[in-house]
Amino acid sequence: MTTIGDGPPAIETHDLVRSFGDKRAVDGVNLSIPAGEIYGFLGPNGAGKTTTVRMLCTLLRPTSGTALVSGLDVADDPGSVRLNIGVALQEASLDLGQTGSELLELQARLFSLPSDVARRRIDELVTLIDIGDALDRRVKTYSGGMRRRLDLALALVHEPRILFLDEPTSGLDPVSRREVWNEVRRLNTERGLTVFLTTQYLEEADELADRVGIIADGKIVAEGSPDELKRKVGKDVVVLKVDGDPQVAHAAIASLPDIERVDMSEHEIRLMVTNGPAAIPQVAARLALVDGIKVTEIALRRPTLDDVFLEVAGRATAETRAVAA
Amino acid sequence: MTAEMSVAVQSAAPVRVSRSPLMGFIHDLLTVARRALRGARREPAAVIPSLIIPIFFFAVNVGSLGGVASAITGLDYTAFQLPVAVIFAVTGVSRANALVTDISSGYFERLLLTPISRLALLIGMMAADFVLVILLCLPVLVMGMLVGVTFATGILGMLAFVLLSAFWGLAFTGFPYAIALRTGNPGAVAASFILFFPFAFLTTAYVPREALSGWLATVAALNPVTYVLEALRSLVMTGWSLGPLLGGAIATTLVGAISIGLALTALRRRVRIP
Repeated sequence: MTTIGDGPPAIETHDLVRSFGDKRAVDGVNLSIPAGEIYGFLGPNGAGKTTTVRMLCTLLRPTSGTALVSGLDVADDPGSVRLNIGVALQEASLDLGQTGSELLELQARLFSLPSDVARRRIDELVTLIDIGDALDRRVKTYSGGMRRRLDLALALVHEPRILFLDEPTSGLDPVSRREVWNEVRRLNTERGLTVFLTTQYLEEADELADRVGIIADGKIVAEGSPDELKRKVGKDVVVLKVDGDPQVAHAAIASLPDIERVDMSEHEIRLMVTNGPAAIPQVAARLALVDGIKVTEIALRRPTLDDVFLEVAGRATAETRAVAA
Repeated sequence: MTAEMSVAVQSAAPVRVSRSPLMGFIHDLLTVARRALRGARREPAAVIPSLIIPIFFFAVNVGSLGGVASAITGLDYTAFQLPVAVIFAVTGVSRANALVTDISSGYFERLLLTPISRLALLIGMMAADFVLVILLCLPVLVMGMLVGVTFATGILGMLAFVLLSAFWGLAFTGFPYAIALRTGNPGAVAASFILFFPFAFLTTAYVPREALSGWLATVAALNPVTYVLEALRSLVMTGWSLGPLLGGAIATTLVGAISIGLALTALRRRVRIP
């Protein structure tokens, strides 16, 4: 980790709002992200992540509120903001008919880098993204992971101080995903780059982010380091798998003491409990008395961001589900 | 990468070459044009129809109508058809399909996030098209020479022939670009070739204007291609004469003003921050 600067924030928003028609896609977002931080912006599809990131990148105008990036107002001075930011949006945006090195050179020319600086810069980036011989092949021959890494390199040609990544690993296999994570981490530690990352993968935010903001329905509903957020959820998570009707199992255990929350998915029942080791025998004993229910698996684990997410973003849906059950 | 290196990289202020606005625009334009030409070279399939269609129509028109037409009008029908072939070669050739691919892939957005001149994004592609259509004129000229067409205006006339054809081609490119920028839809751009048909056929493609009658005569008189064809034919068949050349130049300029005006309006909408 680089030291996170005490200077002015790299990204700062006040009551940022963006409406599409009647819908407020982003509804009063306040952010303050110090230079050198990796900030994970987390939320389900349609929560307002991409809309926020597009406003910060000068691709979308705020309806109201302000956003300062690198101290510059995105609405008043988008041109200067663009010189300070690197952007890799969802789905690597590349010209498949050109080679990796052609695209890098083009990018350097578009930013009017002097040719010697461009040369040096591209050499550095090529080492960084480790794309090797493929550089002189057309992009259409690249794998998904290579495209993402090239996309990342293109975003960095002009040496921006702030990097925006919108779902940088969606659609990637686990190996490529890990490679992109390594890249991002390296850029942050070696170059002190501020990274604003949107993702719907909690694991990704957990792995990379210094701080996480969770957005739901256009509002930030929780913010803090991954550990802080996990501590908020409660102490332990008991994961239960049963043969038989999970609704019946749910009804049987919901009334046990010390169970703070029950979440159900197709495959498992998740219990937030204050004391996991004490809860497991109680749960097992209670379910043993229920006809037609057989516990196939019961496990204790620490909370993940997933649990945080369900807690804060999914609270409404979880409640509806509980009522229905 | 060593620690010292990254520190050096970090402390370096972003270096940019400073250019006057005009030189900056030219730099951007050339950058865009070069990429567009590189793309065109790698996609020969997009250009091949523009090579084959004019030769096909030339052979068919001359072969099927040549005898009859010469007998009735006393024209050298081969020379008469050469300008039609060149119009077929250059009309509707553009990189608008590449532009629409950029828009749908998000690469266009990446370009918008650079300090590049927005105008250069369009004009650069048109500059590439201008080079392309000049190149596409050449096989048609060679074909004409092979079948014995001679220019009444000589070498300079051939040059004027290529230039006027190329400017006509350029004037027409605004339409597909306007559609590409307005819709961002590859299908709509592909369909824009339909525009070409009324221009190319409701004119003096087969017989001179004197021989047209009824509604077709009226439409042909309104069709700018009629004047471009007359200008091109005058270069091949009559010699230097101001009237037809002026007519061709005016028709080309008018179409260019309309199509490029539409394209620029569409560009302005496309690059505006929504």
